[in-house]
Amino acid sequence: MPLKIGVLAKQVIDPDMPTAAFSIDATAKEVTVPSTIPPVVNGFDENAVEAALQIKDSQEATVTVISSGPSFALDVMKKPLSMGADELVLIQDDGFKNTIDSFFTARLLSSAIEKLGGFDLIICGRQASDWDNAQVPLGVAELLGVACISLGRKVDVTPNSVIVEKIIPDGYEVVEADLPALVTVSNELGQPRYPTLRGIMAATRKKPTIWSASDLDLDAASLEPRLKLHDLFVPERDQICEIIEGDDDADSARLLALKLREAKLI
Amino acid sequence: MADAAGILIVGDVIDGQLGSTSKELLAAGRQIANNLNESVSIALLGSSTETAGTQAIESGADIVYLVNNPALESYHIDFHLAALKSLVDEISPRIILMGRTAEGRELAPRLAFRLGVGLAQDCLEVSIDTSNQTLLANRPVYGGSAVAVVSCEQTPQIAAIRPKAYEPLETDSNRSGETVSFPVELDTSIAKTKVTNVVKEESEGVKLEDARIVIAGGRGLGGPEPFSDLQNLADILGAGVGASRAAVDSGWVPYSYQVGLTGKTITPEIYITVAISGASQHMAGCSGSKVIVAINKDSEANIFKDAKYGVVGDWETILPAFTETVRELTQD
Repeated sequence: MPLKIGVLAKQVIDPDMPTAAFSIDATAKEVTVPSTIPPVVNGFDENAVEAALQIKDSQEATVTVISSGPSFALDVMKKPLSMGADELVLIQDDGFKNTIDSFFTARLLSSAIEKLGGFDLIICGRQASDWDNAQVPLGVAELLGVACISLGRKVDVTPNSVIVEKIIPDGYEVVEADLPALVTVSNELGQPRYPTLRGIMAATRKKPTIWSASDLDLDAASLEPRLKLHDLFVPERDQICEIIEGDDDADSARLLALKLREAKLI
Repeated sequence: MADAAGILIVGDVIDGQLGSTSKELLAAGRQIANNLNESVSIALLGSSTETAGTQAIESGADIVYLVNNPALESYHIDFHLAALKSLVDEISPRIILMGRTAEGRELAPRLAFRLGVGLAQDCLEVSIDTSNQTLLANRPVYGGSAVAVVSCEQTPQIAAIRPKAYEPLETDSNRSGETVSFPVELDTSIAKTKVTNVVKEESEGVKLEDARIVIAGGRGLGGPEPFSDLQNLADILGAGVGASRAAVDSGWVPYSYQVGLTGKTITPEIYITVAISGASQHMAGCSGSKVIVAINKDSEANIFKDAKYGVVGDWETILPAFTETVRELTQD
């Protein structure tokens, strides 16, 4: 039996867009971006796709990418397919606008996972670059009752277990768990592979499975909002920078050192 | 839990002493407890936590729960989760405050899910709307480009607070408090993960989180070699050396150097950045620095918006001259 790997991925606003393009609709309490800046697959989720594909490189495995959201840019979400993933499942519903609610998202994704018959291994990015919640993967593990290892920088599987190098503040731990398990990965896993031309061609032909909320087994109580958003604003920065200018760069450097000494900072 | 009341802090104990995160959480908890007119309790998991318990009372706790079981001796997520769940079920707190530390990053979301409630993640500030006893949490989103104010809809309301967002209170050895022993039953078969090895990759010299001065380099350094120049400067100043994610991703220095949203949170007196552009994700880890100094060749770089002092120019010329002058000045 090939190893069944699921990857959870999110479509996000491009975090590398120019700062000037970032604005907030205060009434809707939403971030708005110009339509000229396309969304992207969350960076850490691309690391998760890479981790899954590395396993697939060395053994028989299938990789299914699952995402939920109010709407999708299909060409963007097909990127994991062009990198080498096998299937794409999109859970799309207008009612999913409340993206801040990790509980809601985790509930959706875990029922989609159950509907897909479960996975031996689920790999996720450590957090999404929009709300930085870092909650959905851990929640999915809790809801499914599977082992959970977060912040992986290397993921290996044996026939019955997963072995992960988990980042800790001063190094890493080697952590093992029996399958089925869920692992979150961080950017230390390494640069995700680029789609190949062949991959892009194959992805074009693949049709994603698209479900709405009504296709999933969801009970009302578990979908009640857990969080309320009161306000969303751009923080003010009132720091004024004193630019130290000397005759040349070396002189500026000396003046900077003197300035810091004068201010008793060094 | 209609009769839920009080604030529960999930504490940390390091070598038998109360951790700095606990002290910061106690300061936050004390503030909101006074608004609510309710008590602050702290959970200390493990064994030999009595000393830390006394320190917790001196730092603002009214009640200390010594949650003990041999399985809690060292940190294990499954045991810690189960023990906390037992305590929460028993005492029904209105609010739970946790630290968004290496362990808290995992513990806080999983506890919230296990309890079926929401979590305000990575908060910089918490306050109380006294009209409805709601915890309002300010938390950066979009890598720090925006701030959201959120509240939890169910009880207990849980917030994970970013390390160093709060200053600990002055310790007061005259404060009184109650210590409650809370033994828990744990089935050791619930452990789903096992740590088989630990590898330390600590950066050389001064520990970043404790350093009074931090010097950090970014993508603009162009390679690993300049980090030894940063280290030379750091040695003169007794400073720690950090890096941006770009430098870590390039493999120039290990992850333990990384300052930022997904790395370390530091609050030095002075943070000297060399060739760091200052993306909001980086600033999320250092915005608590008292003074930021920027050396960058791009006068438009974001870092100058947060820096107090800046030099626009080429670090290859600036760094040696700066280091030399610092050496002369500090020899006096």
